[in-house]
Amino acid sequence: MNWDWEWTREFSVELFTTGLKVTAQITVFGAIVAFIFGLLLALLRRSKILWVSTAARWFIQFVRSTPLLVQLFFLFYVLPTIPPNIKLSALTAGILGLGVHYACYTAEVYRAGIDGVPPGQFEAATALNLPQVRTWTSVILPQALRRSLPALGNVLVAIFKESPQLSIITVLDVIGTAQELGSERFRYLEPLTVAGLFFLVLAIPASIMIRRLERRLEY
Amino acid sequence: MNPAESAGPDTQWMIRFDKVVKRYGDLTVLDELDFHVRPRERVTLIGPSGSGKTTILRLLMTLERITSGTIEVGGEYLSHTRRGDKLVPADEKHLRRVRKRIGMVFQQFNLFPNMNVLRNITEAPVRALGRPRAEAEAKARELLDMVGLGEKALEHPTRLSGGQQQRVAIARALAMEPEILLLDEVTSALDPELVAGVQDLLRDIASRGELTILCVTHEMQFAQDISDRVLMFDKGQIVEDGPPEKIFTEPEEQRTRDFLQAILKA
Ligand SMILES: Nc1ncnc2c1ncn2[C@@H]1O[C@H](COP(=O)(O)OP(=O)(O)OP(=O)(O)O)[C@@H](O)[C@H]1O
Ligand SMILES: [Mg+2]
Repeated sequence: MNWDWEWTREFSVELFTTGLKVTAQITVFGAIVAFIFGLLLALLRRSKILWVSTAARWFIQFVRSTPLLVQLFFLFYVLPTIPPNIKLSALTAGILGLGVHYACYTAEVYRAGIDGVPPGQFEAATALNLPQVRTWTSVILPQALRRSLPALGNVLVAIFKESPQLSIITVLDVIGTAQELGSERFRYLEPLTVAGLFFLVLAIPASIMIRRLERRLEY
Repeated sequence: MNPAESAGPDTQWMIRFDKVVKRYGDLTVLDELDFHVRPRERVTLIGPSGSGKTTILRLLMTLERITSGTIEVGGEYLSHTRRGDKLVPADEKHLRRVRKRIGMVFQQFNLFPNMNVLRNITEAPVRALGRPRAEAEAKARELLDMVGLGEKALEHPTRLSGGQQQRVAIARALAMEPEILLLDEVTSALDPELVAGVQDLLRDIASRGELTILCVTHEMQFAQDISDRVLMFDKGQIVEDGPPEKIFTEPEEQRTRDFLQAILKA
């Protein structure tokens, strides 16, 4: 099998205009959902109200114990069929599914970050009579988030790499588009290789940057 | 005795421990401890490791909850409120009010590493006392000058030496204008050459006689310089109570003598 350069040039344009846009959307919005909802879950887990923390723990456990694929299927194919019949677009369902799935990992990341803040910080805040909310927003979370940044970077890369899974609910990202292109000619070598290289080219520098960040962030 | 039956708050005392019990699980750290501290009295707590000195300060700072008994601060119950003729555990609002009277300096400084020095000092006056930021900053700069760190207002705490960090922590505690200052081995995490600077500062603060001070230290000279009274603890009980000159030179109790001997050898 020879590499068809002519064709490669042709499809690359499409691959990187339509596919890349979708991949970028999934990654950026998925990460936003994961980072914000994950923080919410982490805080709920620490709630002093027992049923709140238990519910949060079960939710995290449940989502982490079921495949992303099933969750995506559920959001896109099952949710519209049960009352109140919520119908999401494929992209929205995908972003939500991926975001919530990774929120359950991010929640653990934040939890480790919060646990890593020395108890003396809480004690100093109490001794200074800082209000509870202030203690969290001014003292604990800034330190916990800083500790969490490298791990959040890893989550971002993971979301990026998992985005092709959304093709199962008809969202065509770079890989999905490549597959589509390949099926037009029953020839997958070029489109899939180019798409795979694209992931490699982005993910490796990202990982290196995260490792650098890790070293730089120590106080 | 049911604490509700006791005479109730008494303003003659700044701090009053009444049959205070503190347990961690099966371990009884303080067993019906009674002691009183007058306003502006400067008290040093000494005693072997594990005798409960830190526990006393942490109970006062409301970092720990009392198991039974009562503590009064400036005539108010610390972690209880009166409901009818019963004492019930205090809510956060009550704790926040009583806590205002107390400041604490920790062995490990516990400065906030995500804020510069100035912000470390102004955060609580602004957020907890509602002071205007400009006013809080002016006050903070005065305090920084007092602790000899006027130049370091915009530095990050991690860039300072241990001694400088501890002086910032002292300024931070004073910025809240407490009536009571708790000092828990504030120089024991410092390199030896940095101890004197912090001690001099505290001597100076203590000599003004404005604050009630409870200080835990193993430095006998320092204890003698800053305190009117020394309490020797062992196993959560007061073994001996008296002026520093007396306790350090002619203690009455054998346990005090043994303890001082051990300290001198170390
Ligand atoms: N959070 C805790 N959980 C269980 N036990 C504790 C806790 N904090 C303190 N203790 C125990 O309570 C006892 C008294 O401790 P405390 O820290 O008050 O002693 P101390 O007099 O300050 O000693 P040191 O001179 O070593 O600082 C010790 O036996 C200690 O192990
Ligand atoms: Mg101690």
